[in-house]
Amino acid sequence: MHISEGYLSGPVLLSGAALTAIGTAVGLKRLDYDQIAQGGILASAFFVASLVHVPIGPSNAHLIMNGIIGLLLGWAAFPVILVALLLQAVFFQFGGITTLGVNGLIMAGPAVIVAYVFGPWIGRSGWVGTAAAFASGAGAIALAAIVMAASLFFTDEKFMAVAGTAIVVHLPIMGIEGVITAFCVGFLKKVKPEMLSG
Amino acid sequence: MEEVFAEGSSAVHRTDPALRVVAATAYSFTVALMDSLTGVLAALIFSILLVIVARLPAGPLFRRLTAAGGLLLLLWLVLPWSYPGDALLRFGPLTLSRQGVWIALIITCKTLTILMGFVVLVASMHLSTLGHTLHRIGVPSKLVQLLLLAYRYIFVIEHEYQRLSRAAKIRNFRPTTNLHTYQTYAYMVGMLFVRATERARRVHQAMRCRGFNGRFHSLDSYAPTPWNFVLAIAMALVIALLAYLEHLG
Repeated sequence: MHISEGYLSGPVLLSGAALTAIGTAVGLKRLDYDQIAQGGILASAFFVASLVHVPIGPSNAHLIMNGIIGLLLGWAAFPVILVALLLQAVFFQFGGITTLGVNGLIMAGPAVIVAYVFGPWIGRSGWVGTAAAFASGAGAIALAAIVMAASLFFTDEKFMAVAGTAIVVHLPIMGIEGVITAFCVGFLKKVKPEMLSG
Repeated sequence: MEEVFAEGSSAVHRTDPALRVVAATAYSFTVALMDSLTGVLAALIFSILLVIVARLPAGPLFRRLTAAGGLLLLLWLVLPWSYPGDALLRFGPLTLSRQGVWIALIITCKTLTILMGFVVLVASMHLSTLGHTLHRIGVPSKLVQLLLLAYRYIFVIEHEYQRLSRAAKIRNFRPTTNLHTYQTYAYMVGMLFVRATERARRVHQAMRCRGFNGRFHSLDSYAPTPWNFVLAIAMALVIALLAYLEHLG
């Protein structure tokens, strides 16, 4: 989920860049040199996961998975997602230099928020843990769509309809990300539970 | 997944990468902040000139531009019909507004202009070069190392995903819209994260063995060329001209 170059106004671009810079600074501070390899390779996994297309009815959507990155990395999600976005910009020209900050905020801000709100419940067994995992996946997409819509709205209040469309388009993706995150967290709990304790 | 634009021997490819990154940043922000159509069209022409000077392969460039087209199409479908302004055309309850068309046109030109500028100036270098260049111009070294490691391993992780995907296909996995499909994809992605973590542990140990102390060293060097000077002057002049056109309105 990203906004291309040329859509947003200067103040929105700068606010996005400033908030992402703060998030990235906090994330880098918490990521010590022993975790650099972990962060870098998870950034590649996040990048590859975003190339996976899942069917929805006659169409399909690519995975986003920012919720689970938040659960796995906490604040370090900011630098890791930023790096993945830079790779996407260079390889596919999705987004670019001026929107890097806003796009970082769209993806990583929600990741950190769901980690704080639902993270403590993830370890529970039974339906509480599953519901928390679903909420992390779906919530991260919902918040991302809201930040994206807000950045359009603050650029020009008359972009309201475009911002609304952006939210509606992401409703089915919310459901799918929730379901996939719930299964994925269940899988990690069985296979490598220590990954989720971070 | 290939760096199709990085191979080349044009004047642009030979200029100092740090200069290219700085120029791309200044140029992108200048164009992003413009609102006048004259200025944006002038920038579009300059971007096309850059593409010609850099002799980029036309096919891949065209595919990248059409990829940006998806979002632009959505914009054209919604914005001109919802933006308040003078009516240009009426279709029953729908009204096409002149201001809406105008803004959609400016956004389209800006997207294409910045995209072409970025491809010429930044996508024209390998990611390893970009990483070391970012370090040279003051980006925090941890962030640069994350970028270099992520770049190194996307191909490996992509390969892992292909293996998982092939294994699923052999077991007759046919994706449709149902819970089983989503569960299977979730487990594949989960396995991808597990393997990424396992690999990271081994990579970290290997880095420790080789005395990693928080720095990657680069063997790249760029000989000074007169093109550095040409590019720097050209970019500065164009940015000044664009600012002037914007000032005129």
